[in-house]
Amino acid sequence: MLVIEGLQVEVGGRMLLKRIDLEIKPGETHILFGPNGSGKTSLLMAIMGFPNYMVRGGHIYFMGREITGLPIHERARLGLGMSFQRPPTMHGLKTRQIVELCARGKVDAASLARRINMEHLLEREVNAGLSGGEIKRSELLQLMAQDPDLLLFDEPESGVDLENIALVGKTVAWMLQKDVEPAQGEPPPLRESRRQRTKMGLIITHTGHILNYLEADRGHVLFDGQLCCLGNPREILGCIGRFGYEECLRCLTATG
Amino acid sequence: MLDRDGLRARALAALDKPAKLGADLDLNRYEKASPPRPMLSASELRSLPTADRQRMLLAGVDLNGRDRCGTYLLVDTSVLHCSSQQEGVEVTPLTGALESLAWLGDYYWKLVEVDADKYTASAELDLHDGFLIRALPGSRSIHPMQACLYLDREGLQQNVHNIVIAEEGSELHVISGCTTSTRLRGGLHVGVTEFFVKKGAKLTFTMIHNWTEDMAVRPRSAARVEESGLFVSNYVCLKPVRSLQGYPTACLAGPGSVARFYSILAGSPVSDIDLGGRVVLEEPGCRAEIVSRAITNGGRIMARGQLIGKATGIKAHLECRGLIMGGGAMLAVPELEGHADGVEMSHEAAVGKIAQEEINYLMARGLDEEEAVSTIVRGFLKVEVPGLHPLLQAELDRAVTATQEKSM
Repeated sequence: MLVIEGLQVEVGGRMLLKRIDLEIKPGETHILFGPNGSGKTSLLMAIMGFPNYMVRGGHIYFMGREITGLPIHERARLGLGMSFQRPPTMHGLKTRQIVELCARGKVDAASLARRINMEHLLEREVNAGLSGGEIKRSELLQLMAQDPDLLLFDEPESGVDLENIALVGKTVAWMLQKDVEPAQGEPPPLRESRRQRTKMGLIITHTGHILNYLEADRGHVLFDGQLCCLGNPREILGCIGRFGYEECLRCLTATG
Repeated sequence: MLDRDGLRARALAALDKPAKLGADLDLNRYEKASPPRPMLSASELRSLPTADRQRMLLAGVDLNGRDRCGTYLLVDTSVLHCSSQQEGVEVTPLTGALESLAWLGDYYWKLVEVDADKYTASAELDLHDGFLIRALPGSRSIHPMQACLYLDREGLQQNVHNIVIAEEGSELHVISGCTTSTRLRGGLHVGVTEFFVKKGAKLTFTMIHNWTEDMAVRPRSAARVEESGLFVSNYVCLKPVRSLQGYPTACLAGPGSVARFYSILAGSPVSDIDLGGRVVLEEPGCRAEIVSRAITNGGRIMARGQLIGKATGIKAHLECRGLIMGGGAMLAVPELEGHADGVEMSHEAAVGKIAQEEINYLMARGLDEEEAVSTIVRGFLKVEVPGLHPLLQAELDRAVTATQEKSM
């Protein structure tokens, strides 16, 4: 379980996250909406522990342990993983090698890559000269190899071409154990498959396309560094589509 | 005709002439002679002390001869072994060749000036030996010829002169390992090498240097590449060295010829390294690439590169990247000279540190900071050389990995 209490985060002298409370239970997937610059990526980076996202108040707990001050790699080893929106290019390091590093050796990079149509890019340097969509798939491939318990996705579908969008959506769903195929015979009852599900997800999306491929449990809107809405993700998406984020501002002023 | 007297006269006149670049070494500090050693058979090579063979192996020279088409071994001032197993590839000790092969006059000191500086002069006046490697016209060697220049005697100035000839249409790969015994603290290695790549020939030369902290090294090499020829020169020096200065030059003298220089350097706190690469593109359609990667952790590294384009339709690129990790100085000096319409030349140079963003990215994948840094450094030093024999690429990679294991 991920528990965030009263989190305040400062980046480059500006308080970007004001007081964030968030709880993701095992098996749950949450969607994070919000206009550009509202602090969505900052929230993910702070959860992952990037040092320039300085926690000025509040706590982050993961699986019952406080991780607020832990370095990035210790969080990763506890089971946090992230798919980056704009990852750096790693010269001299092949995608195959980073996949093996992610999995600490115990993985067949080629068969994982085949799942996400990345096989032909395994010998390329990580992110070097890749298109937007290829970068997203490279991120998913690394995350698959890492196999974390909490998966943070920063706009996994942006920049992905039409041909691959379904592939990306289905892969994210698969990583979050949303479409566990029954071993044989009848699929297990819904309640059963929910109980078996342990992976937690937090997905940033602008377009909501990802919701065509997976069911999410909750949606949040981050507006000006504050979570201002909690509800059914499709409902929130529909509302943003109709009224824009202006509505969130109205909400915030009304409740705040 | 070989005019040794004329060469000696020019050398004598230049014996006190400092080099244009690099620290000026006092050659009187070094011994010029060492007791001669007997020649060894291939099986006797394999019974050399393990510690010595290990040092040679780290410099890419495997005395078992596995995956090699021949072996040349010079220890201090004596040739211990010289043999080729490959038809069409000849290897001969240079001093013997100078006496028996009259045509060598057309090659000896033809690309490097004997009176360029005190080091070339000294290499002529006190020449110990060296190798002549020649690939006969149309011959193709699958495995590389290996040559090891080994220093064991403390305080010795080892003077070596090598000539490598790839005749028309031939393909030749050479791996040259220069190293010292573990006992040795310091000495001077002067290595003159002249490369001749004839029409349509392909020559790759991979040089791995593993020195010790008090060694001084003055390589003096030059290449001449004829029509449609290819010359690839790789230089790896990742172990500490006190003073290293060299500026190898390739002249692309025939249309469509190609030269590539790749160098991978790591400086220790005591190091003063000044290494360059220069290609003169004289004919239409010539291409050149110079790539240099260097890391310093306290020493001073000067990475130079120069491209001189003299004909239309030439294409050349120069890339020079340096990392400073834990002090030291890294200087990159790229130079481009265009002398004709339609030349296409470019350079990129960057000196900096490892990007924190890249470290964080790998840490998010579960690597601790140290693992992340060494992964990035290994990637930085990893240079993939187009057209390089897979065996030699493997040697390059191994040299880089071996240093990493020791230093990280």
